[in-house]
Amino acid sequence: MSVLHIVEVTKTFPGGTNAVDSFSLDVADGELVCLLGPSGSGKSTLLRMVGGFEQPTGGRITIDGEDVTHLPPERRPTGMVFQSHALWTHMNVFKNLAFGLKLRHMPANLIKEKVEAVLELVGLAGYGDRMTTQLSGGQQQRVALARSLVLEPKILLLDEPFASLDQHLRERLREEVRDIQQRLKITTLFVTHGQDEALSMADRIVVMANGKTEQIDRPDVVYRNPQTPFVAGFIGTMNLIEGEVQGGHFVRADFTVPLPIADGPATLAIRPESLDLAASDKPGASVHRVTDYGTHGLVDLDLADGTRLKSMVAHPDLFRAGQGIELLPRAVAAYRNNQQIYRSSP
Amino acid sequence: MTTLALVRPRTDWLGIVFAALLTIAIVGPLLVVGTWAFTEVWRYPNVIPQQFGFRFWGQTLGRPDVWNALMLSLQLTTVVTLLSAAICLPAAYAFARMSFPGRNILFFSFLAGHAFPKFGLLVAIAAIFLQLDLIGTFWGVVLIQLVGTLMFMIWIPVAAFQAVDRRMEEAARDVGASPLRVFWSITLPQAGPTIAAAVLLSFVGTFYETEGAWLIGAPGIRTMPVLMISYINNQMVIQFGAVLSVVLWVPSFIALMFARRVIGGGAFARGFGG
Repeated sequence: MSVLHIVEVTKTFPGGTNAVDSFSLDVADGELVCLLGPSGSGKSTLLRMVGGFEQPTGGRITIDGEDVTHLPPERRPTGMVFQSHALWTHMNVFKNLAFGLKLRHMPANLIKEKVEAVLELVGLAGYGDRMTTQLSGGQQQRVALARSLVLEPKILLLDEPFASLDQHLRERLREEVRDIQQRLKITTLFVTHGQDEALSMADRIVVMANGKTEQIDRPDVVYRNPQTPFVAGFIGTMNLIEGEVQGGHFVRADFTVPLPIADGPATLAIRPESLDLAASDKPGASVHRVTDYGTHGLVDLDLADGTRLKSMVAHPDLFRAGQGIELLPRAVAAYRNNQQIYRSSP
Repeated sequence: MTTLALVRPRTDWLGIVFAALLTIAIVGPLLVVGTWAFTEVWRYPNVIPQQFGFRFWGQTLGRPDVWNALMLSLQLTTVVTLLSAAICLPAAYAFARMSFPGRNILFFSFLAGHAFPKFGLLVAIAAIFLQLDLIGTFWGVVLIQLVGTLMFMIWIPVAAFQAVDRRMEEAARDVGASPLRVFWSITLPQAGPTIAAAVLLSFVGTFYETEGAWLIGAPGIRTMPVLMISYINNQMVIQFGAVLSVVLWVPSFIALMFARRVIGGGAFARGFGG
């Protein structure tokens, strides 16, 4: 039952670069918000500031109205799960989980009860006596999660917790974590550079680049209606075409699309699934390669000046490399000065 | 499966030769000293002593100066090791985890003491100690031997502290531990085996240290190794020295066996950044 407010937080590292630049975010009670961005976007630094491991150079962080900006980690109601799980290898699983409870002077029988309950929750009942080094990567990450959860933190912080696991395990664990998070209704801030993770887990996604917010929205909105060219290019596959708008038409090489905006340079964005193709004798775009994925096909094609585009097609067997092609975009968006200025109704 | 069965481990002759040479180089002298300690008569040109016996053991161990020296050595070594740990471990933590002006130069200065010819350095120190009335005193020897332990007790623990995962310490802060508690409950146990190896190395090293103990301690303070050297230099009976060598070899052998069991070889390797 906790809310997190991040108000205009800035982190300037010695040397003058702003890792996080006047960042603001409100996380509602029980909400799971993903911080998504490439490495160096400042998402981990932001999370570490919420956890108390980095000091902001400006701004405020409050949890349930209490200002925690300058509190050390041990006095914050936050629980962090690290990418490298950071389990204490000289303790067994039980001791790892009991350590925080002991620091709170909880009686031994209550500690035992709580540890067993949380082990059950993460699916590791009966693992208390194991040494952490005897566990698999997925089990270690579950223990790390349990270590945070057992203290019932107001805010759960997850720093790329699945990055060191293989694809299959990652998918299973993210479902489990999402289930646990929803069952406990714990307010969660989740850092990842994997868009699949963000799209499948988050209530809202914060797309970050260069320490700044590019867009904050529900996952489907971030995908369908990216507000900046960066978001458009970062989430999913997107054809981003630089060109000129002249007299209501976007022009790049032989490719033109009606675009009702003022003349000038613009970036056109078309999803591969929104770009239909038709065979054509006219000079212009041509098929470079066709890949058949069974459920669908992907056609790589070149404009006359060599610009490479991708189109998702239902019947890849209709296309051959070298073939002339006409482009029929169904939905487009256009960006100018780093902002969306046009979006065709889908 | 048949191909697997056919693969026979090749005999590594070169490896065996090297191992044998190394064994001879290490065990050979030990064997000779060991033999001398139990010899009563051994005259040229015999390869094997004419008469074995414990006569010289009785004579050596019956001397009060041997027992005085042994007790003194143990006292000295314990005091030096404890003092060294008290001084060096906090310093090592500071070197490993904090940044302060002059850090690198200070850190390197611990090595510098070992870069000079040791005897020249000792003579210079002895000159200073003479003025301070420390020559021939217990604490004078403690001081000089303390200097000798600095390198092991700083460099190895620094590596040990640096090898501790910072995220482990942060995770402990996260669950509510104060910085001091993190050090006791996480950092120290993680670095513990390697630090124990360093303490052991300096204990053994100090126990056998002779140059400093002789130059600063003489004539009042005679440690076990100093006594052994004086036996070898001044007495024409080889057996006195040999018996003392064997006696001195026992504690270090026990210590190393103990270390192997408790610490494990990996800890030594980690201490040297392996």
